[in-house]
Amino acid sequence: MDHPIRFETVTKSFGSLTVLKEVTFEVPRGKVLCVLGRSGTGKSVLIKQIVGLIPPDSGRIYVQNEEITSLPPRKLAAVRKRMGFLFQYSALFDSISVGENVAFPLRRHTTLSREEIRDKVSRKLRRVGLEGIQNKMPSEISGGMRKRVGLARALALDPPILLADEPSSGLDPVTSREIDTLFLDLKHHEETTMVIVTHHIPSARRIGDELAVLHEGRMLARGSAAELEESEHEIVREFMRSEGAI
Amino acid sequence: MKRRLHALLLWAGELALFSLRVFRDAPRAPREGAEIARQIFEIGWRSLPLILAAGFAVGAVMSMHTRASLERFGAEALIPAGLALALFKETGPLVTGLLFSGRVGAGIGAELGAMRVSEQIDALESLAVDSFKYLVVTRVAACVLVLPILTTAMNFTGIIGGFVAETVISGMSFALYWERAWSLVDFTDYVPATLKTCVFGFIVGTVASYLGYNTKGGAEGVGQASTRSVVLSSILLIVTNVVLVKAIFFLFPSAQG
Repeated sequence: MDHPIRFETVTKSFGSLTVLKEVTFEVPRGKVLCVLGRSGTGKSVLIKQIVGLIPPDSGRIYVQNEEITSLPPRKLAAVRKRMGFLFQYSALFDSISVGENVAFPLRRHTTLSREEIRDKVSRKLRRVGLEGIQNKMPSEISGGMRKRVGLARALALDPPILLADEPSSGLDPVTSREIDTLFLDLKHHEETTMVIVTHHIPSARRIGDELAVLHEGRMLARGSAAELEESEHEIVREFMRSEGAI
Repeated sequence: MKRRLHALLLWAGELALFSLRVFRDAPRAPREGAEIARQIFEIGWRSLPLILAAGFAVGAVMSMHTRASLERFGAEALIPAGLALALFKETGPLVTGLLFSGRVGAGIGAELGAMRVSEQIDALESLAVDSFKYLVVTRVAACVLVLPILTTAMNFTGIIGGFVAETVISGMSFALYWERAWSLVDFTDYVPATLKTCVFGFIVGTVASYLGYNTKGGAEGVGQASTRSVVLSSILLIVTNVVLVKAIFFLFPSAQG
């Protein structure tokens, strides 16, 4: 089976603190892996490593069969164009409008005309339920709207891989569910491969084909929600029992 | 003490490598011409009112001081030329550089610092954009290109400020003032001194970008990046000015006259 994302014994330390210890996993094409774990267990580090923002100390990371830790910048950029990344706090460029944020990757990496870009920006914003706010600045919209704009930007190039860091944090339950629905739509209709870091167990149950629990730098368990509920590790079962955000 | 010295040397080494990276990446594609143009507008055009106002005030004050000194020797006729020489050779470039450091250095440090802590720089990288090229090289290039122009603007508004101060006291006409102002100024007084501000621009742009781009922590880190950008770039600018003046005297001996 094809695995667009693959980690092989990846270790990462910051000073004397080891945040990831020989983490190994893979995500099959069109599947969703939800990574769970307490704050500070290295979930954000793991997801940023997939896009090459934080290099590992040892181990290998493969994205669509390319080992990205040893890629020169130009080739890494080519791999990044095939991934969308939704940041925890959206990370919208605050000096340009919402529409320009979504258009940014299109202007940089495609030869689309202005009209085509405008149309595509409209479509992407409509898809996240935010059509008509192109001219607003990021500071003029709510946190939930910013997150959805961030998702529209991440999807602008129609990437086959989507990475999302805490997509539900700071969102009301209705918006959170809408975003889950969008993830499911991407999975079913576009076969997008996703890695989603989340604290929100109901979300993870809804959208994850597999769930993984990170604890003290190690991936303690990986499997379906039902499998994790029967895990040998108490901490994993405890995660699965908590229905709200943890 | 030893630890502080070690930290200082480490910082200086990192800044030097950062500067070399600017030189290395500047000629590489993509050239980021549109972003450089945007930065020239943001950095240059928006700094112009401050520079023009400061130039006028500096020229007027210098003219008043020069008159107070020269009239003791009955040499009031030399006031315009003296003012022009002082402005073109040193006061204009240095004052413009320091004002630029205060306004633009603080702005770049704060802007890039805020982008770093809010993950906007990571977002650029994740969108397959070379953040160093897009954010740092473009700002440094804009600083290098804009500062000589701003210096020229300050020099000319300084002369106009000097004229206003002089004509209020002596009633001198603008035509006569202008002619006298240029009577002693030649190529070596203007061009080397103005071009040295390219180095000032490089210092301000690089130091502020380095501190902003490598900001750690939240709002406190952003504030520190902004403040340190002004302090460090101003100190480096003043020290470098001494070396550059000596270099200009060496390369253009007539500039010493």
